[in-house]
Amino acid sequence: MGYDRWGSQHGHLLKATVAVIVAGIFVFCLVSPRGQAEETSSQSSLRWAADAEGGAPYTFQDPNDPQRVIGFEVDLAEALSRKLNRPIEWVQYDYMSLVAGLQRGDFDFAMNGLEVTPDRAKVVRFSRPYYVYTLQLVVRVEESRFANLEELLALGGTVGTLEETAAQRLLEGMGFQPKLYGNQTEPYLDLELGRIDAVLMDLPIAVYFARPNRKLKFLGEPIGQGYYAIAFRPEDEELAAAVDRALAGLLADGQLKAIYEKWGLWNAAQEKLTQADISDVIAESRQKWTFARYFPLLLRGAWVTTYLSVLSMLLAIILGLPIALARLFGSFPLRWAAVAYVEFFRGIPILLLLFFLYYGLPTIADAYGLPFSLRLSPITAAIVGFGLNYAAYEAEIYRAGIRSIPAGQWEAAASLGMGRILTFRRIILPQAIRVILPPMTNDFIALFKDTSIVSIVAVVELTKQYQILAKSSLKYLEIGLATALLYLILSVPLGALSRHLEHRWGKGQ
Amino acid sequence: MNKDEFGIEVKGVCKRFGQRTVLHEVSFRVDRGETVAIIGPSGAGKSTLLRCLNGLCSFDGGVIRVGSYDLRAGRRPAPFAVLRQIRQRLGMVFQDFQLFPHLTALQNVIEAPVHVLGLARRDAERRARALLDRVGLGDHMAAYPRELSGGQKQRVAIARALAMDPFGLLCDEITSALDPELKAEVLAVLEDLRRDGMTLILVTHEMAFARRAADRVIVLADGEIVEDGPPSRVLGTPEHPRTSRFLEQVLL
Repeated sequence: MGYDRWGSQHGHLLKATVAVIVAGIFVFCLVSPRGQAEETSSQSSLRWAADAEGGAPYTFQDPNDPQRVIGFEVDLAEALSRKLNRPIEWVQYDYMSLVAGLQRGDFDFAMNGLEVTPDRAKVVRFSRPYYVYTLQLVVRVEESRFANLEELLALGGTVGTLEETAAQRLLEGMGFQPKLYGNQTEPYLDLELGRIDAVLMDLPIAVYFARPNRKLKFLGEPIGQGYYAIAFRPEDEELAAAVDRALAGLLADGQLKAIYEKWGLWNAAQEKLTQADISDVIAESRQKWTFARYFPLLLRGAWVTTYLSVLSMLLAIILGLPIALARLFGSFPLRWAAVAYVEFFRGIPILLLLFFLYYGLPTIADAYGLPFSLRLSPITAAIVGFGLNYAAYEAEIYRAGIRSIPAGQWEAAASLGMGRILTFRRIILPQAIRVILPPMTNDFIALFKDTSIVSIVAVVELTKQYQILAKSSLKYLEIGLATALLYLILSVPLGALSRHLEHRWGKGQ
Repeated sequence: MNKDEFGIEVKGVCKRFGQRTVLHEVSFRVDRGETVAIIGPSGAGKSTLLRCLNGLCSFDGGVIRVGSYDLRAGRRPAPFAVLRQIRQRLGMVFQDFQLFPHLTALQNVIEAPVHVLGLARRDAERRARALLDRVGLGDHMAAYPRELSGGQKQRVAIARALAMDPFGLLCDEITSALDPELKAEVLAVLEDLRRDGMTLILVTHEMAFARRAADRVIVLADGEIVEDGPPSRVLGTPEHPRTSRFLEQVLL
C-alpha cells in the first residue's frame, strides 16, 4: 500500500521546508557542540517513521487527540517497545520518502505498510513479516455487470488502485491499465462518482474506508497475497534481529492476533505469519528498470505535461485579455468584476481549485439535481483549473503591457479619426505585445512546472511518472536527471522563442 | 463651395481643471486658407485650446464649429461619428511626433486612410508615396520611426495628418523638440502647405516664422485672448501690456 500525500506532490514547498530545517540543524550542530552530546544521551529511544496523513488504519492521527497517532501499527509499536524494553518514538515522515529517509539515517526503522518487494529488499533489511495482506475488490453496490476481475477485463472496465503497490502490479500483469492514485480515499470517491468501475486495494484499506460506505460493496474473496515488514538499514542487523525475535514472541503469545482482531484485520491469511519466509518473495522475478524501459514512460509523462501546459496557457491567454480590458476600460460593474476575478483566482491555492473542480463540482450537480453532469475528466479539470488560475495572472500582464503604451499614442490615433477599438487593435496591442510577451513566457515556463501538482486529480504527468519510476527502481538520481533533462528540453526553447518574438515584434522600437 | 464650410469658429469657450480656469470666454474665427499663430506664456492654455478644436479635450462652456459640425460643452463634445468628420477635416501634429513605432513611415501614413476611410491599400499607398515625396522623405518610406531624425519624424507625422485630406492642420509646438537645422526643414514644409491653401493653426514659439508666415497672431495669456491681429501690429506695436511683457521675454 502507499499513501502519497500532497506533501510529496506539492514537493517543492515540502522540500524547501525540509531543506531549511536540515540547514538549520546543520548550523545548530556547528555552533553548538552540546547538541550532539544531548542526542547520544537519548540513544536508547528508537525512532520509528510512518506517514500519519490519511494513513488509517495503519498509523493515523487520533480524531480525539490530534497530537497523538493511533492505528494497528501504533499498537504494534507499543507491544514491540514492551518486548524490547526500549521506548519507541514515532516520527512523521512522508510515505514516498520512507526508504530514502531510512538510508539517510533520519530514523531507525520504517513500519508503515511497506510491502516486501525485491526492489526494496535490495536496499533495506526487512524484518519478518508482521501482516499478510490480501487485496480486496470493491465495486458500487448496484454493480451486476461482472463478478470478478477477469469479467471486468473482458468488459474493458477501469480499475483504480494505489500507485506502486502489489495491486498495481497484479492488475498490470492481468492486462489492465489501472488508474493510479496517490492516496486511499480518492479511488473510492471516484468509484462512487462512476468514474471507474472497481477499486482493488489492500484489505486493511478496504475494511477501513470502503466497508462503512453504503454505496460500495466488497466483490468476492480477497485475492493476491503479500507481506508487510519493518524496514531497517542493512548495517543495523543487530537491531533487526532483536525486532524479529520480538515479533515472533508477539505472534506466539497471541498479542499480535489481539491487535489485528481489535482493528478487524484478523483473517485466515494471517496463519501464514508463523511460516512466512520472505526470501521466497525476494526470489520473485527481479524487475530491472533499464533506460530503455523507463525512458518511454518518462516521454509519455512529458507529453501529458506539454499537452496540459499548452492548453491551460491557451485558455489563460484567451480569458485574460477580456478581463484586462474590462478592468482598464469597462464600466464600474465590469471593472469591479474583473478585479474580483483577479483577486479571487490569484488568492486561492491552485490545489484547492483543482480539488473543487474534480471532486466538488460533481457533488454540487448531484445535490441540486442538475440535469447535466459536472464530472470533468482529470485532464479537463486540470486544464480548466490552471486556465482559470493563470488567466488572473495573464490579465495583469496584459493590463501592465497596455498601460505601458503612452497616452499620446491613443491621442495620435484618435486625431486621425480612429475609434477606440480600432486604435487598440491596430496601434496599442501590437506595441503592448512586446512588453507582454516576456513575462507571459515566464508564466508559461512556471505553469509548465506547476502542472506537476495535477497528480492529485489522478493525472500522470512527468513529475508523477518520475516519482513512480524512481520509487520502483530506486534510481532516484539517474531517473531524476533524465526527468530534469526532459523539463529543460521543453522549457529552454520556450525562452529562446520568447526572445525571438520579442526581437521580431520589437522592431521599430 | 461656401467658405463657411471650411472655417473654424470658436465662441465663448470656457475650460476648467477643477478650480483652475484654463480658458475663459475664448472667441475667434479662422477662415479657410488662413495661417494663425497662437502665442503666449507657457501655461496660458494654448495647447488645451488647440486640443478642444478637434475634440481631444472637452470644455465647459461655449461652442466650437468646424466646417458644418459643432462641438458642444460637456463631457462628450460630440458623438463619435461627428468627431470623426471633424478630425478628418482638421489634422493634428504633436510636439513629440507620436508616430506609431511598430509601423514604417509608409505604414504610418496609410494606417488611417485604409482603416478609417476604407481606401484600397494600393490607392492609399500611392497617395502616401506622393505625400512622403512632398515632405522630402521619398527615400525613407520603409524606415521605422526609430531610424529617423526628429525633423524626419515630424515630417512623417505631417504626411500622416495630410493623408486624411484635411482642409486644416493643428500644430502643437511641432518644432519645439527639434534642433535649429531640423526646425528649418519642418517650417519649410509648413510654408509649402500654406502656399497651397492649407488652413494652419499653430501653437508656436517661432516668432520669426509667425512674423513671416502668419496672417494673424493670437496672444493667449491666463486663458484669455489679449491680442488678435496681423503679426506686424501684434508683434510690432502690441496694445496689451501682457503681450509686451511676453515678447520681451521671448525676444531676449
